[in-house]
Amino acid sequence: MAKLTFTTQKTTWLFAAVLAAITIVVPILNLAVPETSALHVPTYILSLFGKYLAFALLALSVDLIWGYCGILSLGHGAFFALGGYAMGMYLMRQIGDRGVYGNPELPDFMVFLDWQELPWYWLGFDNFFFAMAMVMLVPGALAFIFGWFAFRSRVSGVYLSIITQAMTFALMLAFFRNDMGFGGNNGLTDFKEILGFDLRSQGTRAGLFVASGVALLAGFLICRAIVASKLGKILVGIRDAESRTRFLGYRVEHYKLFVFTLSAVMAGVAGALYVPQVGIINPGEFAPGNSIEIVIWVALGGRGTLIGAIMGAILVNLAKSYLTAAFPEVWLFALGGLFVAVTLLLPKGVVGAVGIWGNMGARAPGGKS
Amino acid sequence: MLRTILPLLTLLLACITLQPPATAQTTADQTGTELLDGLRAKSFKAKIAAVEKLAAGGDPKVAAPLTAMLEGRLHIRKSDRALVILEKRDGKKFFVDPISGETLGEAKSRSSNKVRVNNRLRGVLRSALGTLTLFSKDPDIRLKAARAIFKSADGNSLTILAKAYLDETDDDVREALARTVAATRLRHGSDDEKMAAVKILTDFSDQGVRDLLAKAALSAKGDLAKAISLAAASIDQRLAFFGVLQNLFQGISLGSVLLLAAIGLAITFGVMGVINMAHGEMVMLGAYTTHVVQVLVLQHFPDAVTHSLLLSIPVAFLVAGLFGVFLERSVIRFLYGRPLETLLATWGLSLMLQQFVRSIFGPTNREVIAPSWMSGSIEITGGLVLTNNRICIIIFAAAVFLTLTLLIRYTDFGLRMRAVTQNRSMANAVGIRSNWIDAMTFGLGSGVAGLAGVALSQIDNVSPNLGQGYIIDSFLVVVFGGVGNLWGTLVGALSLGVANKFLEPYTGAVLAKILILVLVILFIQKRPRGLFALKGRAVEN
Repeated sequence: MAKLTFTTQKTTWLFAAVLAAITIVVPILNLAVPETSALHVPTYILSLFGKYLAFALLALSVDLIWGYCGILSLGHGAFFALGGYAMGMYLMRQIGDRGVYGNPELPDFMVFLDWQELPWYWLGFDNFFFAMAMVMLVPGALAFIFGWFAFRSRVSGVYLSIITQAMTFALMLAFFRNDMGFGGNNGLTDFKEILGFDLRSQGTRAGLFVASGVALLAGFLICRAIVASKLGKILVGIRDAESRTRFLGYRVEHYKLFVFTLSAVMAGVAGALYVPQVGIINPGEFAPGNSIEIVIWVALGGRGTLIGAIMGAILVNLAKSYLTAAFPEVWLFALGGLFVAVTLLLPKGVVGAVGIWGNMGARAPGGKS
Repeated sequence: MLRTILPLLTLLLACITLQPPATAQTTADQTGTELLDGLRAKSFKAKIAAVEKLAAGGDPKVAAPLTAMLEGRLHIRKSDRALVILEKRDGKKFFVDPISGETLGEAKSRSSNKVRVNNRLRGVLRSALGTLTLFSKDPDIRLKAARAIFKSADGNSLTILAKAYLDETDDDVREALARTVAATRLRHGSDDEKMAAVKILTDFSDQGVRDLLAKAALSAKGDLAKAISLAAASIDQRLAFFGVLQNLFQGISLGSVLLLAAIGLAITFGVMGVINMAHGEMVMLGAYTTHVVQVLVLQHFPDAVTHSLLLSIPVAFLVAGLFGVFLERSVIRFLYGRPLETLLATWGLSLMLQQFVRSIFGPTNREVIAPSWMSGSIEITGGLVLTNNRICIIIFAAAVFLTLTLLIRYTDFGLRMRAVTQNRSMANAVGIRSNWIDAMTFGLGSGVAGLAGVALSQIDNVSPNLGQGYIIDSFLVVVFGGVGNLWGTLVGALSLGVANKFLEPYTGAVLAKILILVLVILFIQKRPRGLFALKGRAVEN
């Protein structure tokens, strides 16, 4: 059996402390430091990094299942988008009669489609806590049902990757339909406020940043606790030798199902944090390409390191923000090249290559043995 | 079908031709402009009467002046009050004799007055021309004319229709005429004639006849109503049957597209175990190659452009195949045994390829002209139409599939390929250069993807995103059919295609696609290794 791949106690706490510090300091630099000061963080940067934190949480959820349990999901963007839609529905209901058509009950796109009443699945979304429950429940339930069937039938490896991809593709097609009642092509947008706070105000944006930071920190600590526990060791066992773990008497499918569902819930939360910060959610988020991109964040940072996933997500998205603005032609070359280079040259990712968190000789999950 | 109609129709027509119309005889004696005298009349009413008389006469000679009249080119020359057609050639105007078509000299401005037409007259002219073109020399034009007046022909034109029918030699046109005559009888005839017409119409199964019967049923009583409803029911039944056949054809057509897109993948993924996410881009390369070949042919041999598609088949195979070999040697060979990493690397390659093509050719669609032999369609009956390009793609897919199967089964290369797939180290031990075989196999799979691109350029937009649309479908087909099995891919592609087309009428295209995706996902839960699973220990690796 391979040794476990997780970061040492010390680096974990160090990283968690850095994360907590960022969560606290950056909003202060935005709100309290005057704009003329060199230390001031502009609001758009704050929002941009808030978005990166949401992406980091998403990457973390993929690392948990791929890095530690060997499940390569190419459909995690679907859970992210579902969480985002649940949040988007809450935000739509908050618009009330301030929409273009001024209908107090129905969102604009339903008025436009000439719908008479709110569909049943929109009921309850005006309540923040109900919506937040749905943010976790809907992706969780989908992952549970999907995983229940897939893991019990022992669909694994590439086959699982392909059907997760088919799942997100099917969802994308479904959400593009106007009849679905989720705004079709345009998705949900034009949000006004969250919990009564104006979404465009500086304070709300700082608050969302803090929420993203806290969620990421919580996600990181939960994942860390899982991979350090006995459960985590079994997961790694499944990753490295599924049949052997099964023959040792572990119900492999139960472990997989648990970690897959948890991961989907985390992805849903990430989506819910993402939507208010970018102000829109549309079916494009379900695109299979997005889900594959998440995997490369993890691979770049270092699969099976948790910290690497977070770093990878932030690094790639920083590069994306810069390149798509400065050299739009180059971005796809860079992203594509990154995929090739990382898999060929950096199988352990940046974190693994740097080695400081490489966990003192632990074997990185390069592939099945 | 024609055989059953003929006796009935001949009977029906006999009663018409027994009372030869006066107009038909007189036209034969008249010559030249005398024939057209009526058109000179001042009042529109008189002109209409004249046109109707000409149409009933059925003399094809008058088609030219009537067309000119409709287009406002029929003039009366001031000098001798003769009817002439004004024609423009090389910027000059000439008078032309309306019947013989002889040039009568250059026309000076204001030397003639236009024969004026109003909207009512235009309508009469159009339907008159419709009946007159029934006597054209070209059977295609006659066929078109016979069909065009199916809905509009009135009782007066029956005489002319009968004449056309009896003169007709072409079977297709005869059938179309029979349909039109019966339809006209049903609208304007006596009750007995209507009954006979219904009997004839029963043998036609197209929506036009069905609609006509529905209309006639509204005013019919007694036996006639019964006959109409019986005929309608039998047509409905046949239409439903043809609908099923049409769905089946479209399903097979979609299935063959899926097969073409997936079969290269069945080799790289199924035989080699390489998850090639750049497969779609190989298809795209094939499509762009088709475009480039066409542009080159158009530049150097403009006459041969209809054959450029044939030329692009080997070229696309080579371009995509060589590119595949290059990818295998430069990237993929380092990743054997690590399928998930291969997936990521090839996805990266696909992004780069898309951007590469976008940078060179631009983001917009490129045009690929369809060769003449691929346009048009074959009409089995009114209810069942098969388009030529779809038929070509089905044949092409079948040919590609067959060639591949034979190649793998019977050639030396196929033997080596199978040996390496089944036991690499043993194959090495007996002297097979497995590296070389890997590169060639990947090249073969990519080349076949390039062939798919040639076919898809005919039915899809040639854009940098072409491949993206097929990659998920292709993977599903391969997984559904069973990895490592070309026959599985064939069955998988056809069944997914047919199932999709049969769902579409009930659910719409998008929902059908979603349902298919969900069904495949569920199916894989049931049989994780697909329809035709490989058995034995090799499966576990």
